[in-house]
Amino acid sequence: MTRKQTRTAIILASLAVLGVAAGLILYAIRDTIVFFYTPSEVSEKAVQPGTRLRLGGLVEQGSFVQGDNAVYTFAVTDTIKNLKVSYKGQLPDLFREGQGVVAEGVLQGDGTFVADTVLAKHDENYMPKDVAEKLKEKGVWQEGQKATP
Amino acid sequence: MITEIGHFALVLALAVAAYQTIVPQWGAWRNDGTLMSSASVAAVLQLLLLSVSFAALTHAYVTSDFSVLNVAENSHSDKPMLYKISGVWGNHEGSMLLWVFILALFGAAVAVFGRNLPETTKARILSVQGSVGLAFLVFVTAVSNPFLRLLPPPVEGNGLNPILQDPALAFHPPFLYAGYVGLSIAFSFAVAALIEGRVDAAWARWVRPWTLLSWALLTIGIGMGAWWAYYELGWGGFWFWDPVENASFMPWLVATALLHSAIVVEKRGALKIWTILLSILAFSLSLMGTFLVRSGILTSVHAFAVDPERGVFILAILAIFVGGSLTLFALRAPSLKAGGLFATVSREGGLVLNNLLLSAACAAVFIGTLYPLALETLTGDKISVGAPYFNLTFGPIFIPLMLLVPLGPMLTWKRADVMPALRRLWWAAALALAFTLLVLALTLRGPWLAPLGIAVGFWLMFGSAADIMHRAGFFHQPLAIAWARFKGLPRSAFGTALAHGGLGLIVIGVIILSVWKEEHILTAKPGAEIPVAGYTVVFKGVEPLVGPNYDGSLGRFDIMRDGALVKQVVSEKRQFRPRGMPTTEVGLLQDVLGDVYVVLGDPAADGAFVVRASFNPMASFIWIGAFIMFLGGVLSLTDRRLRIGVPKRASLPAAAAQPAE
Repeated sequence: MTRKQTRTAIILASLAVLGVAAGLILYAIRDTIVFFYTPSEVSEKAVQPGTRLRLGGLVEQGSFVQGDNAVYTFAVTDTIKNLKVSYKGQLPDLFREGQGVVAEGVLQGDGTFVADTVLAKHDENYMPKDVAEKLKEKGVWQEGQKATP
Repeated sequence: MITEIGHFALVLALAVAAYQTIVPQWGAWRNDGTLMSSASVAAVLQLLLLSVSFAALTHAYVTSDFSVLNVAENSHSDKPMLYKISGVWGNHEGSMLLWVFILALFGAAVAVFGRNLPETTKARILSVQGSVGLAFLVFVTAVSNPFLRLLPPPVEGNGLNPILQDPALAFHPPFLYAGYVGLSIAFSFAVAALIEGRVDAAWARWVRPWTLLSWALLTIGIGMGAWWAYYELGWGGFWFWDPVENASFMPWLVATALLHSAIVVEKRGALKIWTILLSILAFSLSLMGTFLVRSGILTSVHAFAVDPERGVFILAILAIFVGGSLTLFALRAPSLKAGGLFATVSREGGLVLNNLLLSAACAAVFIGTLYPLALETLTGDKISVGAPYFNLTFGPIFIPLMLLVPLGPMLTWKRADVMPALRRLWWAAALALAFTLLVLALTLRGPWLAPLGIAVGFWLMFGSAADIMHRAGFFHQPLAIAWARFKGLPRSAFGTALAHGGLGLIVIGVIILSVWKEEHILTAKPGAEIPVAGYTVVFKGVEPLVGPNYDGSLGRFDIMRDGALVKQVVSEKRQFRPRGMPTTEVGLLQDVLGDVYVVLGDPAADGAFVVRASFNPMASFIWIGAFIMFLGGVLSLTDRRLRIGVPKRASLPAAAAQPAE
């Protein structure tokens, strides 16, 4: 086999692999990404029920209810709107009322949100960066303000 | 006083790095032997100075000297000694000091062990290495100085982030950093080769051990991180496709590709340009990892502080080194002489395919990691790219690669036939199939895709064994001869087999754990019995807990099997005193077949507690597999042929070529 043929074979193989990879990536990016919204944006953008999304905000004071069999309900607020979330599982150590939280799950037809993952960050003053930025946009967050009430 | 000495040594190291960058390079142009040989002295001196600096910071941590800002912010006098020491790198400034210290360590190692390198090449390598050190020393002294004083000193420090107070995590950063930074050597070799315009077998022979070392350290570093995430974060997961994890995984993928393509350069003189490019990319991804993790652009356990100035600084370093080396590559690569003809089906061809698939897998991870950042910058939309994306892209690219792994070593150089190679593997395939059928039979009505994945794992393991058997000549030679040949096989052959087999073990562990994990989350009162996968977890009760630097509550559980006690475990909820931050300690029964994983949750109504009990089948396979891969790398490294500083150069007398051992 000549050098030229080998090179052609390598180039063709590279193109094939890269093409398949690019196809997979494009397909996956369209189908698997999850958007991050605050409760206000969920209503502004009229997000369809059944959509998978990440909901970010603060756990509203006084909204936390512990149900049977480790089912929890709480409201996530961006201080303008709120959204009721239910979650079965173990909450992160740092989950507290008034703290920043990110819940991933599916918006239901009745306007509530069923989360399968709840994240609270591992720092006592943590406010999820996304939440802090969104709240800054809404003008309810000042620099240096602590997330703890 | 000691702190000031450390600070002073740091600034001196900066000056030495500047010397090491400029003078040897100039000496190499002018062909001045004295200037060139001063590179080694500078490299060793830089290591000494940074050792003093690092020791001084460690001293401040060990003695809890809170007049040092960095110690006051990140340490606490109640902390156990291990975490006082690991606290040195458990923060931004200290970890960057560790970074430059390891960089200097590698530079000095090249200076000491690279005695047989041609004079000009060595001077250029050390000069490039010095320039990386220079850039990061400027960064450390200018915006990330760990020696700044705090007046008046506080009585007590802030403490180390409690979830970092863990034995596995104490050593996870040094290993990972050593792996990251070790790739700087391959980078320096590549840039030096581009400046010289010459890449030959000897070059590849020198680069390989350094790449192998970095690869092994990255492997064990990532493995430790995964293990830590598994038992410390309390979710029972080990890999989250978190951007920071990906930042360490991408250099690993490219280092793996580099490891394989350098073989082709050494044995056959082909793929030179590609190998140089991989060397540059591997270190560029390490730098990008440092940027992602240390700039605060990502929110993560790993991001210590959000400081835009530092982020911009690291981004500038990244731009200079990646841009500069790629420009040099574009200018000089075409002049490199290609060599080594080979047919498409050959060992070389197999390694090309290996590199293609690894690069494609790395590209998929790269896009998944950076796409959210890019999209947010461009449109302001915030998205998250999680496991589903990576399963859909990384998986289909990596599976063919793993299927081809056992075939590669069976192919001959230059031109090969697939059929004889497959014939040597028939029993490995038969065994893998048999085990898979067994798994299928045991898990009837279960998911059918999982046994296929497990088959890939078995194929990797038996394929590696088949490689060793074939090389020794079992089945073809009389047993005595085969045994003698087996004992005489080079260590690198066993290293390869261990690394490939370890990968198989990880595949099996990951698939079984993710498919057959059994989890129960419930509220339980003391005395309750929770059945989990043949075990019974008995909740004994909760008592208050007082630790050296934390308080909290402790849940006692008995893990029973067939009415007999297997192990008493405790799961703790700790409130760390200085920060008031809670963490969870998992109660864990580790067994080869699977772990019983018990977590005490929050108190519920009337004396009950939320308890999560799960059975994680074959979880230990993942850590054992990673450790075996690491062992494979180390074993290859001790191969006589590859040992650092033993190049075969006929022009040198043998006595001079032997390093002092």
